[in-house]
Amino acid sequence: MNNFTEAFKFIAHNGSLPGYQGLPTLTHLTLETLKISAIGIGISLIIAIPLGVWLGHIHRGSFVAINLGNIWRALPSLAVLAIGVAFLGVGLRNVEVALIVLAVPPMVTNAYVSIDGVDREVVDAARGIGMTGWQILRQVELPMGIPLIFAGIRTASLFVVSTTTIASLAGYSGTLGDIINNEASYHLSGVIGAAICIAALALTVEVVLAGVQRALTPRGLILAGTQESSLELDPAVA
Amino acid sequence: MSYFVAGGPVIPNFGGGASAYACERANRLFCTHWFSRNWGTVLWPALRQHVVLTVIAVGIGFVISTSLAVIAHYRGWLERPVLIITSILYTIPSLALFEILQGVPGFGLSATTAEVALVSYTLLIMFRNTLTGLREVPEEVRDAAAGMGLGRRQTLLRVELPLALPAIIAGLRIATVTVISLATVASLVDNEGLGVPILSAISDNVFKTELISAGALAVLLALLSDALLIGLQRRLTPWSRAA
Repeated sequence: MNNFTEAFKFIAHNGSLPGYQGLPTLTHLTLETLKISAIGIGISLIIAIPLGVWLGHIHRGSFVAINLGNIWRALPSLAVLAIGVAFLGVGLRNVEVALIVLAVPPMVTNAYVSIDGVDREVVDAARGIGMTGWQILRQVELPMGIPLIFAGIRTASLFVVSTTTIASLAGYSGTLGDIINNEASYHLSGVIGAAICIAALALTVEVVLAGVQRALTPRGLILAGTQESSLELDPAVA
Repeated sequence: MSYFVAGGPVIPNFGGGASAYACERANRLFCTHWFSRNWGTVLWPALRQHVVLTVIAVGIGFVISTSLAVIAHYRGWLERPVLIITSILYTIPSLALFEILQGVPGFGLSATTAEVALVSYTLLIMFRNTLTGLREVPEEVRDAAAGMGLGRRQTLLRVELPLALPAIIAGLRIATVTVISLATVASLVDNEGLGVPILSAISDNVFKTELISAGALAVLLALLSDALLIGLQRRLTPWSRAA
């Protein structure tokens, strides 16, 4: 297990190597990874959530929304990055386009399924008391759909973080993946150290998003016990 | 005008200066000539290795997760710890997991490292789906089975598992497609599969034809496997078609 002892030493030294100067620190690379991921997630949110929510609200386009989710699973992130490189060349633009291509489908699918699946009787009742379509969306469908919409955002975000680290394999440097791609200088211990940082980053993102999801879920849904349980079939395929 | 400018793109796998290689030299988006010349030596072997990697990982993952789900079906306390551990494994980015496992003594750069990581990504999906499927068998059906004199084992094998098949196969589909996608990254630790031509194309000054061929093959393989598994489900659960 010597590799792991060395790896933790590497982390403790914040990514510095004896005999090398001016190397980026682990903190810097981690923040860079987070920044590139956040840009991708942000743009995807702007595209996907309004689209999915709107389609769900008018109950149209189920074929597109569901199949988008299914095809998405088939896209290997490395291949998407690679094909992006072929079209756009190596750079931040290609990485972000790949991230968006990978993040939008699960967001759209979940947003669509969550709004489309809101109990029709509840929506009818809301219409019966005189709510307009916009009010129904804002005050009924969105609050009830939040847990599932957010589940899609979580899935997509994790996927984005892990794809960002793969981007260094496709020639984009500036993330934690750089260390993994450079075993010649960093040796196996450095590579494992960076891998541990990536794993920790992903787990942190997951825990934070799970917390946000809990905070956003309306209290009524939790009390009514209609919130999705931990055991649930994937809406995109079930 | 010459294509042989110093520092220009170095295109792999081509020899002389025949005009047949003009497309490769210009690194156009897709050169059918390169594709047909390298199908047998580069792409087909990579595709075959990719299929083998996937089948082994999904097979082992299926056995482990189905067994765990059946046990958790009877012993409810097992559900939480299994879900927590498999969720953590599922959350770790593939690149990180491959590299961390590589440092485990006895693993190194090998097919074992690749397979262990790939298997760990299938567990959460298949465990969750199988357990949900088993739990959603209606209580009346179970009562009827007991009334007919079936024991616990017989009820499981002849009633509960068959009724859970659609959920089980749904899990199998997601797991298979996920593994096909992640196996492209496995080529880092185990020089096999469609990740090999993808990475070599990137290091060969982004040779587009190879990138696009290998990437497209991975996507097609995933879509084809998904379709085959849907077919399998129709076959195995003829009763669900009537609904």
